[in-house]
Amino acid sequence: MTVDPRSLRPSATFPPHILAEIHRAADQGLYEIRGFGAKRKLPTFDDLVFLGASVSRYPLEGYREKCATDVWLGTRFAKKPIHLKIPITIAGMSFGALGANAKEAIGRACTEMGTSSTTGDGGMTEEERRSSKTLVYQVLPSRYGLNPDDLRRCDAIEVVIGQGAKPGGGGMLLGMKITKRVAKMRALPVGIDQRSACRHPDWTGPDDLTIKIQELREITNWEKPIYVKVGATRTRYDVALAVKAGADVVVVDGMQGGTAATQDVFIEHVGIPTLPAVRLAVEALQELDMHRKVQLIVSGGIRSGADAGKAIAMGADAVAIGSATMVALGCNKPVHIEDYHKLGTEPGMCHHCHTGRCPVGVTTQDPELQKRLSPEQGARWLRNYLSVMVLELQTVARACGKSHVHNLEPDDLVALTVEAAAMAGIPLAGTSWIPGRGGY
Amino acid sequence: MITVDLAAETVRDLNQRLHDLPADTNERAWRVVNPKGAHALVAGLDRPVDVLIEGHVGYYCAGMNKHASVVIGGHCGVGVAENIMSGEVRVKGNASQSAGASGQGGLLVIEGDASARCGISMKGVDIVVGGSVGHMSAFMAQTGNLVVCGDAGQSLGDSIYEAKLYVQGKVESLGADCIEKAMTPHHVEKLGRLLARAGVKGDPNKFKRYGSARKLYHFHVDHADAY
Repeated sequence: MTVDPRSLRPSATFPPHILAEIHRAADQGLYEIRGFGAKRKLPTFDDLVFLGASVSRYPLEGYREKCATDVWLGTRFAKKPIHLKIPITIAGMSFGALGANAKEAIGRACTEMGTSSTTGDGGMTEEERRSSKTLVYQVLPSRYGLNPDDLRRCDAIEVVIGQGAKPGGGGMLLGMKITKRVAKMRALPVGIDQRSACRHPDWTGPDDLTIKIQELREITNWEKPIYVKVGATRTRYDVALAVKAGADVVVVDGMQGGTAATQDVFIEHVGIPTLPAVRLAVEALQELDMHRKVQLIVSGGIRSGADAGKAIAMGADAVAIGSATMVALGCNKPVHIEDYHKLGTEPGMCHHCHTGRCPVGVTTQDPELQKRLSPEQGARWLRNYLSVMVLELQTVARACGKSHVHNLEPDDLVALTVEAAAMAGIPLAGTSWIPGRGGY
Repeated sequence: MITVDLAAETVRDLNQRLHDLPADTNERAWRVVNPKGAHALVAGLDRPVDVLIEGHVGYYCAGMNKHASVVIGGHCGVGVAENIMSGEVRVKGNASQSAGASGQGGLLVIEGDASARCGISMKGVDIVVGGSVGHMSAFMAQTGNLVVCGDAGQSLGDSIYEAKLYVQGKVESLGADCIEKAMTPHHVEKLGRLLARAGVKGDPNKFKRYGSARKLYHFHVDHADAY
């Protein structure tokens, strides 16, 4: 019997990738754990556009008139707030998830660009401290590698409560990546599937967090800015509580944020997109009269200067990039195709950070694979990419007539979809309508 | 001995003075009076000084201690000696939750009881408790030794890695992947040395030893009930 292709109707409920996942789950009996970030379609900054200047406002001349990009972080309580040349920082990614060459490349690029890099779950490596002029040191629930010496030699401290890819979940690093060095830093046996706790071991609520922050300040003599990072969920309340607890800086990570290894169900089904998270965070700061006093860093799917500009126009002080950093270092690049195939994937689709077999040498501890990314080359790529982002950011800011990117404001934006208008609190283009406001 | 009266000085003043001590300081003996439950007292010490605190303290006393020897004359709040790196912290009274959390080295002695999560996430510290410990103690304990002369509450050593747990009294229940292990002469000797070092009386032969079954070290569907 011949098959009439017109009679084949795929199921919308069970499309091929769902069928494949059910088959895989039935075979293996374990939920999917993977890297990268959410792959589902979500409202993003692409759903907003800038209103360039014309008659009612005049633009600044590109390449001629100054458009400043610097930002101060940690001005609330820290004796030594940090001053960055650009409002684009690098999000926390662990040594363990990333190889040492990738961490060093990030540090070098950040130093050259005058911005900050961030440690991750696993502690601070010498490579990243040496290469990073401004290094943010994460204090995570696992406390892997945490020590007071590194607290003192960092430039800012980030208390990580959650991550956009998995708010409410702990970390994972599968055994393939627990090498001798990683195991030593984390005080764990080599080769085991390592779990990181989802809650801090010595505090449980906002009142405790206040005291925890006080302790960190005491240990570091009130010198370091203290960030509090939350995965975007109940963002309004989380930001307000972080401010109340004494944070200098709040970092809000939307659900497009990346991960080295997390359950797919977490990545795709927990948390809210970055777009509404920015609005909720800014509103919380404004309600407390803390907007621009406690700085806001936004992350989760930031890819371009336009994304950064939109987040800043909505009220962020800076953005952080993680997945985009890895892409700049070569993630998903169409090279070493055979190694993508060995992982059962293709360039552009790869999310196999958790395997430690990264074809481009970024998310691996394998010495041979790591050779594919030299710190020098990686730093150059990332520096180029950051430079492009800054140029893009300045371009849109100048087009809106701003001499500093922080002069961008919500009035410079309109939304292209009803969903984005509602989530971002930005009027739908051509209207003054923000769904949910004004009674309709 | 240098006496600091916290009725007259602030915690910040005290901690700064201690942090500012040079490596070769002669000012090695300190006494703190009127602590009145203050938080983050003597946190972040990095010198081989002796500090005696006369009274009760709040959260995170002697947090991240290195080299120093701290004696707390009363009870203490949450997270005493959290992330201790080295040196010794001794609590004459009882300790609240998360005593010695994520401690990486050194010795924590609690002469009284410790509440829940004692030794949570410990990474090399030795903790000796003269009394009993609360539930979920040694949760995700990685390395180091937890000695409990009294009883242990529910779910002792849940999701434990390579830490060693010694309990003289009753254990209400063991957590996931924590099992009783043989108390060999080697362990009796080691425990005896640890008790002596802590200055806590106890017959090491009367203790039972607990540790990891190592069955949760790799994710497997047949362990789903344990997660």
